[in-house]
Amino acid sequence: MTVTVERAATAEEAAAAMARGAQVVGGGTIVMRRVNAGDQRLGRLVVLADPALRRIGAGSEGVSLGALVTMSEVARAREADFLAPVARQVGGPAIRNMATVGGNLFARRTYGDFAVALLALGARVILAREGAREIGEFLRGRERSGLVLAVEVPRPREARAFGFLKVTRVHPAAAAVLSVAAHLPREGGRIRGARIAFGGMGPQPLRAPGAERALEGQPLDAGAIGRAATGCTEGLEPPTDALASAWYRREVAGVHLRRLLEGMV
Amino acid sequence: MALKPVTLTLNGAERAAFTEDGENLLEFLRRRLGDLSPKYGCGQGSCGACTVLLDGAPVLACLTLAESVAGRRVETAAGLAGAALHPLQAAFVEGFAAQCGYCTPGMLMAAKALIDANPRPSREEVLEAISGNLCRCTGYEPIIAAVMAAAGSTERRA
Ligand SMILES: Cc1cc2nc3c(=O)[nH]c(=O)nc-3n(C[C@H](O)[C@H](O)[C@H](O)COP(=O)(O)OP(=O)(O)OC[C@H]3O[C@@H](n4cnc5c(N)ncnc54)[C@H](O)[C@@H]3O)c2cc1C
Ligand code: FES
Ligand code: FES
Repeated sequence: MTVTVERAATAEEAAAAMARGAQVVGGGTIVMRRVNAGDQRLGRLVVLADPALRRIGAGSEGVSLGALVTMSEVARAREADFLAPVARQVGGPAIRNMATVGGNLFARRTYGDFAVALLALGARVILAREGAREIGEFLRGRERSGLVLAVEVPRPREARAFGFLKVTRVHPAAAAVLSVAAHLPREGGRIRGARIAFGGMGPQPLRAPGAERALEGQPLDAGAIGRAATGCTEGLEPPTDALASAWYRREVAGVHLRRLLEGMV
Repeated sequence: MALKPVTLTLNGAERAAFTEDGENLLEFLRRRLGDLSPKYGCGQGSCGACTVLLDGAPVLACLTLAESVAGRRVETAAGLAGAALHPLQAAFVEGFAAQCGYCTPGMLMAAKALIDANPRPSREEVLEAISGNLCRCTGYEPIIAAVMAAAGSTERRA
């Protein structure tokens, strides 16, 4: 085996090791696949072991999830109840006991379902070295971000303002053909600050500007939903892979977005 | 490369062995501790044949660093039977829920985690509990039925 493994008792130690080229291990569900396959590009692994990274904290505006919080813990946490339906759709039970919030931000398509939800909710990613980043900006430069300490997720003002849907070929647990999340806060019956995010429609979770434009300032009615569904793939270049072709993803993205939005009326 | 000592509780007994950097818990259990009950199916987290319980919760041994279980409690299918088979094992035998048997140790541990926490699971809850475990032989129905039957029998004993 070519790798070396150390434990970082503090986030500071881990951040320093990362700055020198080490790869951190959260739950290990992605990194260990590479270790088992004998990936020669792996060298120094640093296991995150700072208990502070396991914290779940409720604030006035939402919830803070430490990078090492697992999907099972999210699914159980009362402070994060609005995220439980998303966390429960990541992998099977054993994966959820291991998969962390921090690691999900780095998952390659079509994994990264939790990150899709966080993108729609406008979460902030707290970095050890560079402070807070809006999640969209974080995702664009994630390869160079350094250590993630936590994510801060604003709580939707009402339950129907947030929805998430994952499309799989096998049930109940499988990688997504695509996933879609919507945050549609409403003021006086009109949508203010629409955010729609897709997973599986590009190399990483991406916003759908065409859909957001169709919804912004509108009531969530059949007309707005139809226009959002029609325009949702604007600017997106979905991949072809073993799960689906680019053509298929482009065809069905609007269908699934429509179903999600119809459930949020 | 330096070997690292790991002490853990395996099926109720304290055990110790050396591991090396990057070794996963599945190899550690099989090669260093001689517990051959967890199986290697994929080494990628996809099949569930290596499912073990870590402090009571199911994890995939192939994706767990052996050194990270130091001081913790690991349970495998080898520890299920006492004087008699565990109700899950008995139900698997009775219901022909194991054919080639390769998936069985992982299925049993995933199912044990379920019925320990939820002694009367619904069919949907059983499906969810074994959703990370592949079986290429049975078509799943006998497994689901066996878990439901075992859950009933655990109930009767309590
Ligand atoms: C069988 C299987 C099924 C899966 N199903 C799903 C699914 O349905 N949906 C889904 O979204 N994902 C799925 N995944 C992928 C994966 O389990 C999750 O995305 C998980 O959240 C990754 O987290 P981790 O802690 O295990 O990552 P790790 O393997 O620990 O890390 C992944 C990457 O992130 C980096 N990293 C981890 N933590 C940090 C941090 N705090 N700061 C900076 N970098 C960090 C690591 O260096 C590595 O590059 C699945 C994986 C498997 C094997
Ligand atoms: S061997 Fe671990 S999941 Fe397949
Ligand atoms: S019994 Fe053969 S794989 Fe399940």
